[in-house]
Amino acid sequence: MNTNVVHKAESPRLAIALEERRALRANQAKAIAEKLDFWYGTNQALKNINLVIPENQVTALIGPSGCGKSTFLRCFNRMHDLQADTRYSGSIVLHPESVNLVGKEVDPIEVRMRIGMVFQKPNPFPKTVFENVAYGLRLRGFSNRTDLAERVEKALRGAAIWDEVKDRLSDSALALSGGQMQRLCIARALATEPEILLFDEPTSALDPIATAKIEELITELRQRVTILIVTHNMQQAARVSDFTAFMYLGELVEVDATSKIFTNPSKKATEDYITGRYG
Amino acid sequence: MSAVMTIEELRNGLAWRKNLDKAFVVAGLLILMSCLGLLALLFVDLVRDGAARFGWDFLTQFPSRKAERAGILSAWVGTSMIMLVTAVVALPVGVAAAIYLEEYAPKNWFTGVIEINVTNLAGVPSIVYGLLALGLFVYKFGFGQSVLSAGLTLALLILPIIIVGTREALRAVPKAIREAAYGLGATRWEVTKDHVLPYSTGGILTGLILGLSRAIGETAPIITIGALSFIAFLPDPPISGAFPFVNFAWLKSEFTAMPIQIFNWISRPDQAFQQNAAAAAAILLAMTLAMNAVAIWIRYRFRKKINW
Amino acid sequence: MSATAATRSTAMGKGAFSSLAYRKNRDRAIELILLACALVAVFTTLAIVLILVVESSYFFEHVTIREFLTDRMWTPLFDDAHYGIMPLVSGTLTVTFVALLVAIPLGTIIAIYLSEFATHRMRESVKPVLELLGAVPTVVYGYFALLMVTPFLQKFMPDLSGFNMLSAGLVIGLMIVPYVASVSEDAMRAVPRYMREGSYAMGATRLQTALRVVVPGALSGIAAAYILGISRAIGETMVVAIAAGMQPTLTFNPTEPAATITAYIVQVSLGDLPHDSIGYQSIFAAGLVLMLMTLVFNVIGFFLTRKFREAY
Repeated sequence: MNTNVVHKAESPRLAIALEERRALRANQAKAIAEKLDFWYGTNQALKNINLVIPENQVTALIGPSGCGKSTFLRCFNRMHDLQADTRYSGSIVLHPESVNLVGKEVDPIEVRMRIGMVFQKPNPFPKTVFENVAYGLRLRGFSNRTDLAERVEKALRGAAIWDEVKDRLSDSALALSGGQMQRLCIARALATEPEILLFDEPTSALDPIATAKIEELITELRQRVTILIVTHNMQQAARVSDFTAFMYLGELVEVDATSKIFTNPSKKATEDYITGRYG
Repeated sequence: MSAVMTIEELRNGLAWRKNLDKAFVVAGLLILMSCLGLLALLFVDLVRDGAARFGWDFLTQFPSRKAERAGILSAWVGTSMIMLVTAVVALPVGVAAAIYLEEYAPKNWFTGVIEINVTNLAGVPSIVYGLLALGLFVYKFGFGQSVLSAGLTLALLILPIIIVGTREALRAVPKAIREAAYGLGATRWEVTKDHVLPYSTGGILTGLILGLSRAIGETAPIITIGALSFIAFLPDPPISGAFPFVNFAWLKSEFTAMPIQIFNWISRPDQAFQQNAAAAAAILLAMTLAMNAVAIWIRYRFRKKINW
Repeated sequence: MSATAATRSTAMGKGAFSSLAYRKNRDRAIELILLACALVAVFTTLAIVLILVVESSYFFEHVTIREFLTDRMWTPLFDDAHYGIMPLVSGTLTVTFVALLVAIPLGTIIAIYLSEFATHRMRESVKPVLELLGAVPTVVYGYFALLMVTPFLQKFMPDLSGFNMLSAGLVIGLMIVPYVASVSEDAMRAVPRYMREGSYAMGATRLQTALRVVVPGALSGIAAAYILGISRAIGETMVVAIAAGMQPTLTFNPTEPAATITAYIVQVSLGDLPHDSIGYQSIFAAGLVLMLMTLVFNVIGFFLTRKFREAY
């Protein structure tokens, strides 16, 4: 039922959004998704997604389970390519060089080297704290110990976990608490200085205190890196993001400044979701 | 723009890493194919070496001092009888042990001991079973160097295979099925007998066939209990024309078996006997591979058919 | 209301109660039968240990442990009898070492390939075929080693003797490749998906993910595969009995003929030794050593596997 409403109301609003997109593209867009479709086999999971990801801002993706927000997020670093029988059409253009991240000619591994990701469940490797953070650098062939140490420290400081682990760098990462593990995973992603950092419900497995720390960290990181975050928690989206996109049934329903989405959404579907009528 | 590296550096490094990936794929495929190729080569070579000996006579003649007149009659009859004993003993005991461990056993140290034993027995070298049988069945129980001793030995040998296979099959039956039956007031045995067991037949059968395919090729334990390689008679048939229609004299009979016969022929320097060995080995290998193929097929069919 | 009550009382009448008691007793009886069958495993182990220890104890009445462990010759059947186990152990270790040189690299590469590179369909079709390699009767492998591998090797090594540990070891190695591969592969596949995703998301290639994340993550499981592979190689009998000769020689040179513990047991069993002779008892002493060697590896393997299962 709701989809129909959305469809009918869409066109005028989209036009305005396009205007905004052009404006953004001119100065500060980091990535732009245009007419993005995505299929698992014959099942179309994303339908005609158009979205601008502004540089050095936090963009949140919200929507009910199964709406495609994680699927969309995973297009940015081509995680879907690990599965057989998946297909993209349309584009996600990364600026300033204007490479199409989902283009067939673009190597998914190269994409993943440039765009970091933090997962729902903290997934440190069964290695030491140091080696976890150094992992991406080692993949790229870094082996100079002092150089590595500097970069690891910088990344750990960036993820606000340096003080907690500086004396435990050679301990197993699996000995850390859940919240620490997740910040370690953030440090691991930061070490290679990605152009965009993707967060896939990064706090859903954490307690409220650990969650607060991660949220604070995301707000800080915004100064340095473009962030795209999927979250189930609307308060979280409201707290950390600058822009919020609402997705429903594989489509992007509405995107706007976070303050506007949460106070005065223009779509009924968005309002219903935000006020907890479904999802 | 990634700050740790320029895009150029990043791409060059990546190209190198991807080449390593490709090299590994080639190496992996090559190794895999050469392992399978060796198996095919072995089979083809056996068939070629033994080609001259294949024929009805080879199956229906007793061993002989003259290679061209020697056959495997007593060997395959002996093997069949041993397999009969092995299957009749190992199947019920193995399935029962598996049911106990999976459906009944409480989680305590005692069950732990049984489990460790089963795991450990799977790793005991087969010749040690031969020594056990020599000391226990042949001398202590006085079964002698008989079909019965050999069958029991191989039954013990394949017990772990049947237990593990059955347990896997039992475990695959979802809890909901058991709960449904318990909910209707069934006792534990009724749940097992009416529901869990019928749904696991495929897995149990697979375990049995794999076990027997292992047993049929086992040589060392049968040599240890003293199988003879020169047997120019057949044991009494298990089924007779007169009352009571079955007899058990064959159990106490001396015997030879396919692998023993092959071993004996290989050990002779005369090349004519090695041809016999090749022919018999080709037949034994074909039987083993066929049994495995059947087991794979059953497993595949049951997996396809049942969708919990 | 009354009708329901009436039905209920019939269904739970006297007969029903007694039948429940009968069913419960039957259940208990059956449980005991099942337990007895499960105990066969325990009794088998006990019987193995008992037989080996008792028969060996007769052997050690004639032979001191010191002689057994230090004498450099093993000739129990000769007039000049020596009872030093070392030559048999050296043969066993040499063959095992050669086998591992084949089985560990090939098994590991195949495992990594199947677990990390092959498609689901390929894996499902290749694994059963690969396992056929482990199902080939050992006596057939013996034929392979003696009459195919040795002549082949002699083309490159003209001095290689007709019986040698090298061919036997190579063929045993081939035989345990599927075992090492399948246990390692199981261990690798048990490494959780999110661990791999973490690595891929950093821009790692498949090989990098396999070598840097999956293999270290599955290490105890892979170690268990190696250890259990060693135990199999030590216990393998027919290939060595056929292809390595049966001459106990204290040597670690794989190109020479030698006997292993298992080959010696076969050799004695082929003859017709009286029940009470020292030769008869000597195979139990050799069997005891074999059992202890494999037991050590099996126990290590068991605990490594369990440690691995606990990790994930």
